[in-house]
Amino acid sequence: METPPALTLTPVRKARLSRIRESDLWFSFRSHPSAIFAVVVLLFVTATAVCAPFITPQNPYDLASLELWNSEIPPIWAADGQWPFLLGTDTQGRDILSAVLYGSRISLIIGFASVILALGVGLALGLMAGYFGGWVDNVIMRIGDVLLSMPFILIAILITAIASASLPTGLKDVLAAPILIFAIAVPSWVQYARTVRASAMVEARKEYVQAAKLIRVKAWRIMLHHILPNCMTPIMVAATLNFGLAILSEATLSFLGVGMPSDQPSLGTLIRIGNQYLFSGLWWIVVFPSIQLCLIVLSVNMIGDWLRDALNPKLR
Amino acid sequence: MIAFLLKRIANAAFVMLAVALLAFVIFRFFGDPVEMMVNEQATLADRVELRERLGLNDSFITQYTRFVTDTVQGDFGISYRNQQDVMVLIKERFPATFELVLVATVISLVVGIPAGVITAVYRESRLANILQLGSIIGVSLPSFVVGILLILAFSVSLGWLPAFGRGETVDIGWWSTGLLTPSGRAALMLPAISLSTFQVTLVMRLVRAEMLETLRADYIKFARARGVPAARVHWRHALRNCLMPVITLTGMQIGNLIAFALVTETVFQWPGMGMLFIQAVTFVDIPVMAAYLMIVSLIFVVLNTLVDITYAWVDPRLRDDTASAGGSNG
Repeated sequence: METPPALTLTPVRKARLSRIRESDLWFSFRSHPSAIFAVVVLLFVTATAVCAPFITPQNPYDLASLELWNSEIPPIWAADGQWPFLLGTDTQGRDILSAVLYGSRISLIIGFASVILALGVGLALGLMAGYFGGWVDNVIMRIGDVLLSMPFILIAILITAIASASLPTGLKDVLAAPILIFAIAVPSWVQYARTVRASAMVEARKEYVQAAKLIRVKAWRIMLHHILPNCMTPIMVAATLNFGLAILSEATLSFLGVGMPSDQPSLGTLIRIGNQYLFSGLWWIVVFPSIQLCLIVLSVNMIGDWLRDALNPKLR
Repeated sequence: MIAFLLKRIANAAFVMLAVALLAFVIFRFFGDPVEMMVNEQATLADRVELRERLGLNDSFITQYTRFVTDTVQGDFGISYRNQQDVMVLIKERFPATFELVLVATVISLVVGIPAGVITAVYRESRLANILQLGSIIGVSLPSFVVGILLILAFSVSLGWLPAFGRGETVDIGWWSTGLLTPSGRAALMLPAISLSTFQVTLVMRLVRAEMLETLRADYIKFARARGVPAARVHWRHALRNCLMPVITLTGMQIGNLIAFALVTETVFQWPGMGMLFIQAVTFVDIPVMAAYLMIVSLIFVVLNTLVDITYAWVDPRLRDDTASAGGSNG
């Protein structure tokens, strides 16, 4: 009966890989060129953003690397473009390509972190509301109702405005990113909570959960191991689409001047700065950050759309 | 039905009270109102006197009740920044925002509905594919980027349309409208288009989804079998049944459009409520912030409640408690 562990391990691993390769999702992915395109773009953007310090000609935050005589250079394909400033420079001699890559980094991190935070809070509160019911459910869902009765962008602006008004000047810039993450997560957890709550309510009444309760399995264990896996599909779709929304919201807040400060600019901040030179002919300062932002959000939305259709049993 | 009506109204009132509480807490505890109002030379006695006069020494409950009563009567206090009555400021700015949102809504319907029908009816055609691609790009383009690109194209390069301001306006009573002058209409074009981009795609996607569903219905097959011309089947019989959700969406989105107008207004220097709010945020002018929050939330909540009530009136199944409690959207 004794089998060496190595022999059992390899087939399992193989099976797992082929399970992915033979799955409907992978098949659907391969037959959707737009999904492949979106994933490739997103991977490329993420990779260049992560490797920004190694591939950019300068660190746009480091004031010592900026030379004023390099300012206002148009992109390389224009008549007076200059190497190595592929996409030109701004009025302070900052290379636009470097700024865009560093900016994408900040935008992606803030978007990702706020989705994770909202997901964590939303799942926890939604599970509790659906599983316990009663006043717990009432309180959580009422708070959610109130949050949903105000426009998303307004809540986020108010939070950032209040935070920056009540913090001392020194801390404001340091905490800009965490404040933004929080401000975007606050109005967006409700959606996850509602989705999970609905399935948790259904599952909590089922016999297997009743049985688990009877043998005194702990409540959190039932919620995490039995109920949560049953509602992951809609959650994953919502999370993907919300990642795009979070990046958009961050950009909007930074554009309005309540987001990232100009010494650690996100894409939105770069667009706000570039917007000041709209009428002076320096179009490249504003256009390239805009294109990058649109590319990121577009690819995320395309993946989200594809995922929603691919995971929807009605459309199969 | 009356029980449902009362419940929905009570719910809306609860939400508004909660929003008011939030606005009050912001007003009262972030920044000292007295410090904001007095000038540098004010003596300590002046401050104590003002604090007493504003009722800031009363209990939290008393102050909150007074805040709510004042708000209901349209009294939002005095702006810290320019010492004007907040309600007067908002009243001045409201027409600009309203006209912008109205025109954007009209654009979204005029463009979105036909586009949705075309993508649903001629599903495999090249035009439909282009429109579909356009719709996903439209969802992904931030409205401020659309605004900036429009300015670059139509104001900076071509010089056709103005990039900021409202043009000439005409006063009708207290309402100032830009719709009656050529320069006012020209100034409205770019902001309205940029505000409507997202809404157009939303309407288009909804119409497409509804049409695809409706086109499978028996009465459509029957109409076709009877020899009703295709155009008439699509644009009259099928489309009519898709319009209810579109109206709902349009109604519910107006609140969002008003909120999103603040981004558009910033890009185009449009003198509306949103600009007022963003300026208030930069100067920590809390009465204006609180008033804007209250007014936008009120519009939002009233529209949502109206939509819910209309639905329950049309479809009695929704009067059930369980249906309205959780599942309004998934």
